[in-house]
Order: sequence, then C-alpha cells, then structure tokens
Amino acid sequence: MQFTAMILSNAEVSPGYWRMRMTAPPQFASAAPGQFVMVRISGAIDPLLRRPFGIFDVGTHTPAHSGAVAQPYMEMLYRVVGKGTATLSALHETDLLDILGPLGKGFELGEADEEKLIVGGGVGLAPLYMLAKELVKRSPVRLFAGGRTRDDILCITEFERLGVECYTATEDGSLGECGLVTEALLRRLDALQGRATIYACGPHGMLNAVANIAAERGIPCQVSLEGYMACGVGACLGCVAPGQQHSPETPDFRCVCTEGPVFEAGELKWRD
Amino acid sequence: MKPDMTVNLAGIALRNPVMTASGTFGYGEEFAEYVDLESIGAFVTKGLSLKARAGNPTPRIVETPGGMLNAIGLQNVGIEAFIQKKVPFLRSVNTPAIANFFGNTVDEYAELAARLDQIPEVAGLEVNISCPNVKQGGIVFGTDPACAASVVSACRAATKKPLIVKLSPNVTDVVAMALACEEAGADCLSLINTLTGMAIDLNRRRPVLANITGGFSGPAIKPIALRMVWQVAKAVKVPIIGIGGIMNATDALEFILAGATAVQVGTASFINPGAAQQIARDMEAWLTENGVVDIKSLIGALET
Repeated sequence: MQFTAMILSNAEVSPGYWRMRMTAPPQFASAAPGQFVMVRISGAIDPLLRRPFGIFDVGTHTPAHSGAVAQPYMEMLYRVVGKGTATLSALHETDLLDILGPLGKGFELGEADEEKLIVGGGVGLAPLYMLAKELVKRSPVRLFAGGRTRDDILCITEFERLGVECYTATEDGSLGECGLVTEALLRRLDALQGRATIYACGPHGMLNAVANIAAERGIPCQVSLEGYMACGVGACLGCVAPGQQHSPETPDFRCVCTEGPVFEAGELKWRD
Repeated sequence: MKPDMTVNLAGIALRNPVMTASGTFGYGEEFAEYVDLESIGAFVTKGLSLKARAGNPTPRIVETPGGMLNAIGLQNVGIEAFIQKKVPFLRSVNTPAIANFFGNTVDEYAELAARLDQIPEVAGLEVNISCPNVKQGGIVFGTDPACAASVVSACRAATKKPLIVKLSPNVTDVVAMALACEEAGADCLSLINTLTGMAIDLNRRRPVLANITGGFSGPAIKPIALRMVWQVAKAVKVPIIGIGGIMNATDALEFILAGATAVQVGTASFINPGAAQQIARDMEAWLTENGVVDIKSLIGALET
C-alpha cells in the first residue's frame, strides 16, 4: 500500500544511527518481520528515488489522556550514509513522508521447539527486532550483534527487554568481545544441543561468513539482503542477487525486493 | 464539460495520451496494486528478446542529481515465457498493451516481430534499436541510419500491427535517424531512450555501475528530450511519443506542445507507482482549467 505517514519522533540513537517513528494505517499492523518500506524522502527531485528501509517495529500507541484515539505506528532504524539519509535525519516531528509498503518477503518463523539464533551487524539489526519479538513468543532466542565499534551496536536493551540473550562483539573491542560476531556464534553452535535456525542481516561479508557456517553444519539459515533499487516492486530489476546456480554461463539472478529481501541462505551464491 | 483526451497512435486508440515506458512498468501486473491500469492510455512491457536474458551484474543502478543511471542489461523472460505467463494478464486489462522488443541481428528482430504479430493481446510493437549489432562489430543499430532502416524494414515486413520505433538520443543527428525509420516503414516514433552516462566512486577509484556505463533517465534529461521531440516532429509525418524525464502533467503537456501525440512516463513510475494515472488526471484538469476542449488541439501547438 501507499500512504502518507507523519513523523512522531526522529532521534539519533548512536553516532550516525537514527530511529524514526511515524504514523501508519491500521492495515500496516499485518507487516511481517523482515519486510521493508520504500520512503520518498522529499517531494523535490534530489534525492530523486525512494530509499528502502527495513521495518524495525510496528505497534499501537495509546495516548495517556482519556478519549485519545490509539495510533498505529511504524519504526525504522537507519544509518546516515548519503544525501538521502542525511535529509531524512534532518526531518522533524509532524513532517510528512510518502511510504510504499510493507514490501517483499519476510522471515519464516519456522519450528517452535528449537533455538533461534539471530545475527546482526550494525544497522542490519533493523529488521531483526520485529523478528525477535515474534520468535520469543515460542522459542528461546539468542542475539549475536556485531560492529566495528560500540557505536555500531544498536538497541541491545530493547532486545534484552524481550528476554533475548544478547552477545556483542566489536572489531576494536570497545564493547563486548573483541573480534567478529561469528566467533560467538560458532561457540554457541558448538555447545548447541538440539536443533536451531539462524537468521542474519548485516554487511555482505558477515552474511557470507554466517551462510558458510550454517551450510557446513547443516543448520537452516535465512538472510536478509540489501540492494540498490529504484522501485521496490519488481519492475526496475536493479536489486538482483546471484542465485546458488549463478555463473556467467548460467546466469541466475533473484530479485531482492520481490523474491526477498529474506532468502534461505542456500538459495544464494556465496564465496567459499 | 470534460475535455476530449483521446488520441490515435497509428491506429491504436488511446483514452488519453499517457503511456508507461518500457522497462519501468514490468509486464503491467507488477503495478496493478498501485495503478488503475484502465485509467492510462497504454502501457509498454519490458523489452523482450527471443531467449530469456539474465542481465548484468550488480550494481545495476545509481542515482545522480536529478536522475538515475541503469545498466540492467535487458533482463527479461524471453518471448516464450512472455506468451505463456504474461499475456494472460494483458487479456484481463482493457488498455492497449504495447510489446517492446530487441534483437542482436536483423533476423532476430524480424522473428520477434513475426511472433508478436500473432498475439491478439498485443496492440502494437515498439522496437528498441539501441542494441549492438553482433554481425557488424557491435555497432548500435540505432546510431546508424542505414542499420536502423534495415531493422525497421525487416520488422515492417513481419507485422501488420502498428510499429513504433524507439529512437536513441546517443546520435549526432536524431532527425536523420527519424527520417530513415519513417522511410523504412515505422508507423510511429518514440523518443528518447536513455542517454549513455556513467558515475564514478572517487574514493574507490572505480565506476559505480558494474557495467561501467549505463542509461541516464529522470527529470535531468527532459530539456534534451523536448528538443529532440520538437526537431523530429517538424521533420516527420508519423505520430511521435515523447519520452524523457516526465514527472508531472506540466512536463507531459510540454511534450505535446513540442509535437508529441502521446507521452511515456518512465522513471517517475519508480518513484510513484501511480505517476502515470496521476499525470493523466492532472492533464485533464489543466485542459479544463484552460478551456481546451480537445487535447489534440495542443499537439505541436508550440508558438515560436
């Protein structure tokens, strides 16, 4: 669906990372974890194209004063990386945004009687919070959050409040373990008794490492991809990712916006 | 009184002059949720080749000020899958569907034209001549008048349906190209296709697009497109479809004044999937406000 949202709040939660809450129509409550929205940041021609953002959370806010109408809302967590996101970060409460969504295919929640291992790198945590919210209703959930520095570890207390056990790792050791988040994941997998599913979102290198770990150990793994896209509805074909069988001789591209952004890791092509 | 918005495009009756451009509107069904397909004049489907094409590696698109570059690489399902999987949808929509297509040899173009000719749901054909001719060292058909004419003649012989030729702006003399295509049997000309451009990532010292160069589209190209439509309209007798950076009804009406009978909305559909419908509605409102009773009276009505 396409709708006009009013910004309810827009605040920097960590240097360079922002969290925005905006109004959403009641039907938006059915958005699935892992789906995304395309945001028209300004009505002018620069920035021109919509920008894709994972949905961080959806909910309903009931104002304290009596007689007020409950307001459904949607939240995004985003990093300022260029002109579009810089413009977005300068917007204020009551500013309006044109939103297309929820779009794409989200995460499969899978079996209840298994451990859920969520791996997020930096702003890759954005679509994982809503997922964790659903998963904790049925399964034990662990989060492995990684980043270059402590500034890249976002909203961990929110996950903890859900009852998620959180592990953090930073490359400079400024928060949690010093090193890559996959090391903590590997240790947990070594100790694992019974089945598990991995869910991951973050930089491509991290996803590649997680996909390889999952494949080696025969553990189901879903990854959420990013892609440069113009439309978000499967028309521009800008955002494709190579499928498992892809080669220059046998090309096999998957459309991130409509076939994803969440894929079974085994569907895609990874480096060894 | 509602103004008359209908136009006739080489035998294809349009309820209004607003079409969607190939490659920006999928096969129509992708946009059905966002647009009333029966509110626009016609839609043009993603360019078809004989065999399915996977397209280029990524990154395939990048935004630049006022526009975007794309190097999708003509990814498409191929004519066979189009007939099996996409044509049934076209049957369900009461709006003319134009099939865009391309080949790498004159024979491929002719074969595609012949096959599309047999599909009743296809109201007309739009030939993309901005492709390299593999038999002649990769020269782009649409940049050489003789080469373009050979494609158009072959397609003309293969179909009785209205034949639209989509012109490339990457030429020294677009009028010479237009005249060559008209002479070879084109019923209609659409222009402009994207302008070849590139973007560079300074810090990585690399091109942004995996393909290095790409096609530039969006509002930044409108002045060039308007100029080419105006030049071509003065030179040819066949109707013209104006394309290039149309974002709103004002842009669309400017193309009509410059000599276009219809327009195609491209990049704008990415930004607002309902753009074509909105533009058609706003054009009608402009005519009403300005006391213009028939859109056809504006075609080529530019005063110079």
